[in-house]
Amino acid sequence: MDSTVTTASEENVWGGGNRPLNASYGKLMMWFFLVSDALTFSGFLASYGFSRFKFIETWPIADEVFTHVPFFHGNFPMYYVAFMTFILIMSSVTMVLAVDAGHRMKQNAVIWYMFLTIIGGAIFVGSQAWEWATFIKGDFGALETKGGRILQFVNADTGERAALADFAEVIPDSRLEHERKNGVWYYDEGYMPSYNLNEVIEGFKANSNILVRTETINEEGEKVVLDRGQSLTKLKDAVQVVEGANLIHNEYGSRLFADFFFFITGFHGFHVFSGVVINIIIFFNVILGTYERRGHYEMVEKVGLYWHFVDLVWVFVFTFFYLV
Amino acid sequence: MSVTAQAHVEDHAHDHGHHHKETFITKYIFSQDHKMIARQYLITGLIMGFVGIAMSLLFRMQLAWPGESFPIFETLLGKWAPDGVMDADIYLALVTIHGTIMVFFVLTAGLSGTFSNLLIPLQIGARDMASGFLNMVSYWLFFLSSVIMVISLFVEAGPASAGWTVYPPLSALPMAQSGSGMGMTLWLVSMTIFIASSLLGSLNYIVTVLNLRTKGMSMTRLPLTIWAFFVTAVIGVISFPVLLSAGLLLLMDRSFGTSFFLSDIFIQGEVLHYQGGSPVLFEHLFWFLGHPEVYIVILPAMGIVSEVMSVNARKPIFGYRAMIASILAIAFLSTIVWGHHMFISGMNPFLGSVFTFTTLLIAIPSAVKAFNWITTLWKGNLQLNPGMLFSIGMVSTFITGGLTGIILGDSTLDINVHDTYFVVAHFHLVMGISALYGLFAGVYHWFPKMFESKMMNKNLGYVHFWITAIGSYGIFFPMHFVGMAGVPRRYYENTAFPMFDELTDVQVLMTVFALITAGAQLVFAYNFISSIFYGKKGPKNPWKATTLEWTAEVKHIHGNWDGPIPHVHRWAYDYSKTDENGEYIIPGQDFVPQTVPLQEDEEELNH
Repeated sequence: MDSTVTTASEENVWGGGNRPLNASYGKLMMWFFLVSDALTFSGFLASYGFSRFKFIETWPIADEVFTHVPFFHGNFPMYYVAFMTFILIMSSVTMVLAVDAGHRMKQNAVIWYMFLTIIGGAIFVGSQAWEWATFIKGDFGALETKGGRILQFVNADTGERAALADFAEVIPDSRLEHERKNGVWYYDEGYMPSYNLNEVIEGFKANSNILVRTETINEEGEKVVLDRGQSLTKLKDAVQVVEGANLIHNEYGSRLFADFFFFITGFHGFHVFSGVVINIIIFFNVILGTYERRGHYEMVEKVGLYWHFVDLVWVFVFTFFYLV
Repeated sequence: MSVTAQAHVEDHAHDHGHHHKETFITKYIFSQDHKMIARQYLITGLIMGFVGIAMSLLFRMQLAWPGESFPIFETLLGKWAPDGVMDADIYLALVTIHGTIMVFFVLTAGLSGTFSNLLIPLQIGARDMASGFLNMVSYWLFFLSSVIMVISLFVEAGPASAGWTVYPPLSALPMAQSGSGMGMTLWLVSMTIFIASSLLGSLNYIVTVLNLRTKGMSMTRLPLTIWAFFVTAVIGVISFPVLLSAGLLLLMDRSFGTSFFLSDIFIQGEVLHYQGGSPVLFEHLFWFLGHPEVYIVILPAMGIVSEVMSVNARKPIFGYRAMIASILAIAFLSTIVWGHHMFISGMNPFLGSVFTFTTLLIAIPSAVKAFNWITTLWKGNLQLNPGMLFSIGMVSTFITGGLTGIILGDSTLDINVHDTYFVVAHFHLVMGISALYGLFAGVYHWFPKMFESKMMNKNLGYVHFWITAIGSYGIFFPMHFVGMAGVPRRYYENTAFPMFDELTDVQVLMTVFALITAGAQLVFAYNFISSIFYGKKGPKNPWKATTLEWTAEVKHIHGNWDGPIPHVHRWAYDYSKTDENGEYIIPGQDFVPQTVPLQEDEEELNH
């Protein structure tokens, strides 16, 4: 905001005939729109908190869920999300620089900073798509009980998580896939886990160093691991194999965890995506010299407000979803 | 904002004086002029209102004469009324859509949309709203959502019937009842569009009031109408987005199998997969909107009543600053009382006592307003125009309905009458009838402004008022007793409960009153339409009011004032103001328009 234009500073600020907040109507509208959007997000985050507290004793531990980094194998809890967050915050910085360059009417600088902002946003959206893909694909696999609880597996020697593939037995069976050519009516059978329930249970019985890990969190903040005997009893409740996550089942634990993950990061990702699209439009307008002709770069400032807001919302999502 | 931009804005403002060549489409359909948009809102709102009231008559008839066959049912409801006997599903659908239409489409968009658009620019001295384009988009989104809501009535499986509060699981599971299928989906789509419309409208109202007040129009010189519309818009911006959150989560539960609001459900012998969600969560989200929503409905009516009453009492409004403070207090409190709708939802009882406390606090600003209206009338030179009658009627119904609010706001008392007709009677009086009276007061009062000085017929106005006033008490007063006797809401018929048999006569009485009162609205409709075309032209300032809208051109021009925008030198309520000799400030005239500078030796009222 230029401090050079102060209309009627000696008059009553709220006396009418001026702009008491020293901002154009468009910028004020953007601010109030952001207030409203912030409340929509608050609604979601409050719902998330409400549901999480309901299951506070069994909620999945985020550090154990988000452990992947593209092109690397191993356990890197939160590294990649931290990277994404860093990129998004940096794109806010470049946005500030673009707005500043706009105030100083430097077209070329605005173009470059807008470009960097767009790149940052695109990297973030791309990373989120990758995160989703990884989350959906799953990690170790688990069993789901009749009551909808998730049973995961650990290696008793190392204490590390055990994947289904580590111990499940492959039992040849003569399962015949029903194909379109074989029937009058036909459903696509869709998703099939890599191992069926029987294979996992037989494998578990054969490998004495595998234990069942429940959803319950003990006083140390770790998931409770059952001993061998309890594990075998518990397995009797299992009804299906779950690999990865969708809106109905997920191998990480409470299904609301995946529901909220998809919904909140999805809603935020939609905001980032629309932000990138709007930024691109403004970017081309800057190149075409629209704002140069108009004599001011207020549009850049307005989309800048939106962009910072999206960034700020992510900080909250990141905090509540990943950190605490 | 740079220097050039500032200059540009001002140039633009002066441009408005010129006349653009307008085609039929830009003038009457996709108009960006606030006066036309106000009329569009009003007429759409009134049409929706007639649909909503007609529905209430149908289910009132069912309640009075349960299981009786009426040819009108068969005509209007078709397959939902075989042999003219109303089906239970359509009863629920009628109740649901009646509530939705009246609360959102009539009393939110029709009331605040109409009068915010008409009065904000005219009363603050602006050429138009801040963004005429967004204003137009706002109206057309409202229109679209109205059309979708009406279309949903004709869906094969029936319209939404989970109540206007659409609690899951009833609203979330298509197999729960017939109305939870396509009808419910259309309801959600319509409301989502409605929220977008309301958001765009509210943004416009807020920034227009902030930025476009004419010189001298300080915040404490604004007419109370503007304060009410302004604060209403603020509450809308704060609460509607939370309804959007609830709606989107519900849509996910309905269509994509998430479990946000659903858990452990058996339906027709089948176990559904939903697990872990909570319908109480939906209630929290819904009522975080739902409660402020009732103030979105009533605050504009309060603003209109304050203005109309002061003009017609020829007295300044009593306690101007207290009125503003109470509007702000009501707005603030409205966001922290939602739990009083949920006392029996299984919410933590401790929270119930917190919400009881905050709810009862609202009685304070409400009482301030009620007493200020009464003291404004005190020793006034009352001009009993139809607008004034409706304003007085509004104060009456607001007090009557407000008193039962104290009972319902207290959790220990509420539990006894929760979900009975006592609640229905309470909110119909305090927000339904009161807000409608505000709407009527506004229409009678500002009709000349809306339709180029044409006046509505006064005598028809009196007929309309007296039948409506007696009739609506006739409907809702006995309803309190029916509720206290225990008759539950939303029941299609109560014939299975012998203890309610003796209330049947009361039900018939209420229904007869409802039919008569609805008939009186036809008088209004006739008066409204015929006055648009054949109304007698009145003077430019028919009610001798001080506010700026009466200084604007009678003929609707884009930009409102042919010359420069008037400047303001005093507050909006200099009625019957006298100098130290007891003479009127302007000889022979008991009001001083806001545009008149302070006279010599005149002291500005310490308001």
